[in-house]
Amino acid sequence: MTATSVEPRAAEQRPAEPDAPEWPVFRFKGTDEQLTDLLLAPLRGGGPIWWALFIVSLVGAGLFVVSMWVTVAKGIGTWGNNIPVAWAFAITDFVWWIGIGHAGTFISAFLLLLNQHWRASINRIAEAMTIFALMQAGLFPLLHLGRPWFFYWLIPYPATMGVWPNFKSALPWDIAAVATYFTVSLLFWYAGLVPDLATARDWSRSRAARIAYGVFALGWRGSSFEWRRHRLALLLLAGLATPLVVSVHSVVSLDFAIAQLPGWHSTIFPPYFVVGAIYSGFAMVILLLLPLRAAYRLEDVITERHLNAMAKLILTMGLLLAYAYVVELFVAWYSGDPNERFTFLHERPFGTYSLIYWIMIACNVVAPHVFWWKRCRTSVAVLFAASLAILVGMWLERFVIIVVSLHRDFLSSSWHFYRPTWVDLGLLFGSIGFFGVLFLLFVRFVPFVAMSEVKRLRHELAANRGREIGLPHA
Amino acid sequence: MRDAHWPSGAIAAEFEDAESLVRATRELDRAGYAKVEAYSPYPILEVERPLFARPSRLPVVVFLAGLAGAVLGYWIQWYANAVSYPLNIGGRPAHATPAFIIPTFEATVLCASLAAFVGLFWLLRLPRPWHPMFEADGFERASIDRCWVAIDMTDDRVDARRTAADLAVLGARHVVRVPPLD
Repeated sequence: MTATSVEPRAAEQRPAEPDAPEWPVFRFKGTDEQLTDLLLAPLRGGGPIWWALFIVSLVGAGLFVVSMWVTVAKGIGTWGNNIPVAWAFAITDFVWWIGIGHAGTFISAFLLLLNQHWRASINRIAEAMTIFALMQAGLFPLLHLGRPWFFYWLIPYPATMGVWPNFKSALPWDIAAVATYFTVSLLFWYAGLVPDLATARDWSRSRAARIAYGVFALGWRGSSFEWRRHRLALLLLAGLATPLVVSVHSVVSLDFAIAQLPGWHSTIFPPYFVVGAIYSGFAMVILLLLPLRAAYRLEDVITERHLNAMAKLILTMGLLLAYAYVVELFVAWYSGDPNERFTFLHERPFGTYSLIYWIMIACNVVAPHVFWWKRCRTSVAVLFAASLAILVGMWLERFVIIVVSLHRDFLSSSWHFYRPTWVDLGLLFGSIGFFGVLFLLFVRFVPFVAMSEVKRLRHELAANRGREIGLPHA
Repeated sequence: MRDAHWPSGAIAAEFEDAESLVRATRELDRAGYAKVEAYSPYPILEVERPLFARPSRLPVVVFLAGLAGAVLGYWIQWYANAVSYPLNIGGRPAHATPAFIIPTFEATVLCASLAAFVGLFWLLRLPRPWHPMFEADGFERASIDRCWVAIDMTDDRVDARRTAADLAVLGARHVVRVPPLD
């Protein structure tokens, strides 16, 4: 009774119209034709900055090829790994790249289902980042096999040898999870891209470009029948991709959690890994978005609203991650297990690699707190620096989990100090270069803002006369 | 799909923006035209309402594909680990349901997503590189900023001259004839 009597008063107190947003989600004033010109401008050709970045990335990718060549030709003895540190850089890089991918799916699928219209301006970039990050990630376990040409042994097929993969092991789970994630991300991305490729086809002047975009646009005409089915299919794909946001890194975390090792054997791992994944992914999205926004003058399409929303999500994920760190420490102390206590309460904070641990804490736990301040959430310099710190911190987190846990074996006679070789470093920095090559080619040749979605957003904003339509407040 | 078969071609009109397209499709619907298709650079929900009533079968197809994926995924694991090649690892059961759930889930999502993707383009009859609408002068702007309407010439209401006049009254920038398809 009391609850119902309170309700009308609460309704009265609520303002009839929500306050005008401080930062509009879209403030481009020109026509749709000018908007198309602005968003497709990168397709005209790369400027000197694009070429400079492309050449640097290409050198990085060359380093990647050389490192892979050495690894495959000589074997993984060229890496720093040695028992008991059987997993080191390769798995750290793998988990880092996979995690980065998660933000793309979070933005494109999760936020689509939640009706967050502001995602329209950034979802294409984020999805592309997911696909390219997964392409890096997949290479590391493959190389770590030692004999990567036998990778198909992990796939169930009726082999003449009569053997099958053991599905009680986490490795076939990993293959299933990562392969599914990559395939679904690619399908989702391409299905969403088709109408924009049609725009690129119709917008291009050169015959070669018209034919190339025409082939990939599949003959899209933009009929209402096509739009209706397209919207439905994208919604279905978003619904299917959403569980992948939380499941893929959960499966990756099981590689660790089902092992007996102190530092790995923990039930908090799946949610802890998912949070860390989305956290690092958002940092990467911001890192890629800021230069693109400045270089192609997209401030009216990707506004302070987007930066503000992303910074808030980073802060949220940072707090969740800090919570996971605290729970991990508490459980290690509360378990009373001397090995657990040694790993968490001695080896990580005060052991051989303690410097790495404290840099990780500074990057992952301290840095995101700048986003409590509104000015920091929209400052390009602060966003860039904090995102870079978080990406470094998240790589170090995986290093701490993997190497620091492994290098102190149960038997102190097998203790080992791990040191990476140039091949390890070549693979890490080379994969960043290869990612850069793919991303720069994407920016140069593919419409990197979802034009049809942005135009629809604009149409709906106009129809609602600036009233908020499912947009988070500034 | 209203532009899949145009045995005697169609009559098409270009409109300035989404608002005039919405008005035009509504008026054409009211005037009794049945075989109308609209083209726009982005989805316009108000246009779809007069044009389509029937829900799509795609969600049913996707659901069934997901179900098939789940059964297939589980079956492969059961056959591989419990029937064809059972391994005794620390006495754990060969038929290990909790361990099999993860690949089963992945197979479900994979098959359902493939069905959604293939089903979409199968429903749209794409890829189809050529369509008579592409012959309409200025149609390339239908993916940039203009909106188009096309009416099948076999529509009972269509009379080449009167329909062109109707479209002009509704604010069409220009009206063109489109060649037949099939």
